[in-house]
Amino acid sequence: MQEMIINRLRELLADGEYAGVIGWAQGETPFDRTPNLFNAEGLDQLRYDSFCGSNLSKYLVQQASKTEKKIIALLKPCDCYSFNQLCTEHRIDRNKVYVIGVGCKGKIDVEKIRKAGIKGITGITEDGDLLKIETMYGEKEISRKDVLLEKCLACKGKEHKCADEVLGESEETCSGDKYAAVRRLEAMTAEERFEFWRGELSKCIRCNACRNVCPACSCIKCVFDNPNSGVQNKAAADDFEESLFHIIRAYHVAGRCTDCGECSRVCPQGIPLHLLNRRIIQDVNELYGDYQAGESIGQRHPLTDFTLEDEEPSVIDTRGGGK
Amino acid sequence: MMKQLPLDRLPELFRKISEKKTVIAPIQSAGQVNFGVWTEDSILRLDALKTVKSAKGAFFPQVEDIVRFRMEGKKIDIHPADVLTEEFVIFGVRGCDARSFELLDRVFLSDPVDPFYAARRQHGTVVTLACNEPEETCFCTNFGIDAADPAGDVTCWIAGDVIYFRANTEKGIAFTADLESAENESPVEELKKNITEILKKLPFGALNLTGFDGDHLMERFNDPRWSELARGCLGCGTCTFVCPTCQCYDVRDFDTGSDIQRYRCWDSCMFSDFTLMAHGTNRPTQTERFRQRFMHKLVYFPSNNEGLYSCVGCGRCLEKCPQSIHIINVIKALGVNKDA
Amino acid sequence: MPDNIIPMLGVVTAIRIDTPDIKTFRVEAVDGGKCFEHMPGQCAMISVPGVGEAMFSITSSPTVKDYQEFSVKKCGCVTEWLHHMDVGQQITIRGPYGRPFPVDTELKGKDLLFIAGGVGLAPLHSVINYVLDNRTDYGAVDIVYGSRSKEDLLDLPEIQSVWADPASKMNVHLTIDREQDGWDGHVGFVPNFVKELDYKPDRTVLVCGPPIMIKFVLEALTEMGFVKTQVYTTMELRMKCGVGKCGRCNIGDKYVCKDGPVFRFDELDELPAEY
Repeated sequence: MQEMIINRLRELLADGEYAGVIGWAQGETPFDRTPNLFNAEGLDQLRYDSFCGSNLSKYLVQQASKTEKKIIALLKPCDCYSFNQLCTEHRIDRNKVYVIGVGCKGKIDVEKIRKAGIKGITGITEDGDLLKIETMYGEKEISRKDVLLEKCLACKGKEHKCADEVLGESEETCSGDKYAAVRRLEAMTAEERFEFWRGELSKCIRCNACRNVCPACSCIKCVFDNPNSGVQNKAAADDFEESLFHIIRAYHVAGRCTDCGECSRVCPQGIPLHLLNRRIIQDVNELYGDYQAGESIGQRHPLTDFTLEDEEPSVIDTRGGGK
Repeated sequence: MMKQLPLDRLPELFRKISEKKTVIAPIQSAGQVNFGVWTEDSILRLDALKTVKSAKGAFFPQVEDIVRFRMEGKKIDIHPADVLTEEFVIFGVRGCDARSFELLDRVFLSDPVDPFYAARRQHGTVVTLACNEPEETCFCTNFGIDAADPAGDVTCWIAGDVIYFRANTEKGIAFTADLESAENESPVEELKKNITEILKKLPFGALNLTGFDGDHLMERFNDPRWSELARGCLGCGTCTFVCPTCQCYDVRDFDTGSDIQRYRCWDSCMFSDFTLMAHGTNRPTQTERFRQRFMHKLVYFPSNNEGLYSCVGCGRCLEKCPQSIHIINVIKALGVNKDA
Repeated sequence: MPDNIIPMLGVVTAIRIDTPDIKTFRVEAVDGGKCFEHMPGQCAMISVPGVGEAMFSITSSPTVKDYQEFSVKKCGCVTEWLHHMDVGQQITIRGPYGRPFPVDTELKGKDLLFIAGGVGLAPLHSVINYVLDNRTDYGAVDIVYGSRSKEDLLDLPEIQSVWADPASKMNVHLTIDREQDGWDGHVGFVPNFVKELDYKPDRTVLVCGPPIMIKFVLEALTEMGFVKTQVYTTMELRMKCGVGKCGRCNIGDKYVCKDGPVFRFDELDELPAEY
């Protein structure tokens, strides 16, 4: 697929109509894939394979506003939702971007391979569902579906919701009920749930990776960076503040979060941040009917779109929130 | 001269030490391994090669109170925070992190000495652990660090089900005093040989650092490739906060309701507000901030410290950068090719 | 007890309104006298707990025995707070920090030219008064100072009554950016004024002001035949610790708080232009 994409990009870039391509570049390890902007000469460094998990849509906020020309973006099916949402919020001008939907059969999480006890990885080759892993300690094997990124287990399907053209085949990788983990948390007692989140959130190092990567966090000046907001901070001054940061962030992106899963992918401490957002998405779906942020450009989301049929705030009590 | 202990009796040793001193060790919590205070219930993970955060927090915590103010009308009372006075042991530090303490010393123990850091160094005993299975992200070999025989007050080796101890300093001698002597040191020699062979296979084990020094400061700084390298950078602080040598900090005030607590906390030159002043910032784009971090590690620090790099090759940034942009990219892209 | 990042107490004993946005604060130790000794060009960290801490140039000369003064322009949250406080307020202070102007070495015996713009006079104020109090140690002294308007000229009463007094043996040249009622002095920007005054390039120059002014002053001086080793300035960057550890004011292999804030222009040439 990579070759097909590069060939097509060569055609598109030949006449100078486009400013470049936002895609993934080969990094220093065999599986490092770094977002970058390519011109025709740099295309041999472009990679598209199972390691291109990162969502490139947010880069378009800056890159597409920099040039007069259109820019080409490579987006996986799930990235398209973020792209649409950013267009809806007028952070990206749709007319400035030519979207190539690239096929996706799920992306590999190298961290999961490491967690499985495989050390010193120097190469990964795919053979159907089998990953052959070369390491400093000999060859290992692992099933591909066991090491997919967490976000791939909540795959939203193989359709590109915004592509001007599509290259390559996609496969849905959803592992079943994506709300299972949310329900597990719901089933806990309030104390257990508090303990769970305290354990997870106390690992937070306030690196801001979740915020900076999040396509819904596109504020020009984040409230946590604003000295006049009264909540600007770089570290938790007490042990409640990490929770504060993540809870506020979850509320700020409520209704706009497409569940792209980047927050959890980038968290160096492996905090399942997506569960906070998914819990809110589940609520929105239950209270207002199924809604998927970023499904299309211009859609109104239930939290900002009032109708007379909307639930009253007292629904919180009736659902057990008052206990 | 070495001491030994069956590995399964390590908790016993920790229990005994913790009667008098705090024991800090790699502990698993919510699925991740970080250095933390050992208790009976802790999940000790000496097999985890890289803790998420480095060991530097034992001496330079992420958040640390420095002074408290009580305000009354126009009057202020100043209450400096106490420096650490209790002894502690940090156990299971790898060679890379152990070197990072020497680098941090260059900053915090140079005149004027930082009293909080100095107290922790004074009261801390560093027990290091040889790396039986280095990983592909390790590149400590570039900085003269021997993962097979790390520095520290005490060096440990886990060979089979025995842990061997060698005291390197007075503190180390005190630490190992009650342990039984090793009958046979050959398992350690064997292990060291083994590790040395593995280290030769590190993919980034022999980087070319030519041209990264104070003499080429402007050349490196003015390299046009910085913007290309920084393009994918999110401007988060992951690399900084997992790094054992990053030492920049912020000082902030927290209103507790009854007084003002001034604390310092880790900061990152990657953050947009790092150099922000009332009238603007001298590093307006991510390219400049990105460049600052690597210039500091690879050029400015060595320029001020006899060529010593402010990197220990622990490879945490390689594993943790959300977009896989790290010091190896910089070294390879901007280094001067020896053949050229 | 920890001392280098723990501040001491100071009390504000006088507040002078200099311009619409600059006030000068006199600070003494709680039981009287100076909080510490300093040299011209050095700085101190002043803080208002709960608001923040910031680095300020010490404006008064070390020859003043009983207090230190700080001329502060209102521009951020700490300065805003300082501008609203009253005499008798306690603040915290620590210092002195940084490398001073070489008043007792390289500047001694030299003909001096001070060039300042706006609040940039503040750090030079300390040097000028030090020179005045040790007048025989230095040759000719000229001061070129400009601001946006007459009201924005810092220390105008002192400039007119002390520095411009013939007894001081200093030549003072003032300028403002635009014509103004009640002003019969020079009108125009500082760099051009310096050129008009046509100094011989044998002076040692101390310059401080907004970055853009410094840039054009340096161009003017170069045109007039001055070389960079003759020109000193003082820099301002974000600082937190003041002792070269927090990393904020790092430029190249220098820390402005510790290796500066005073730099000679040839030294700045060896640093990346990140200031």
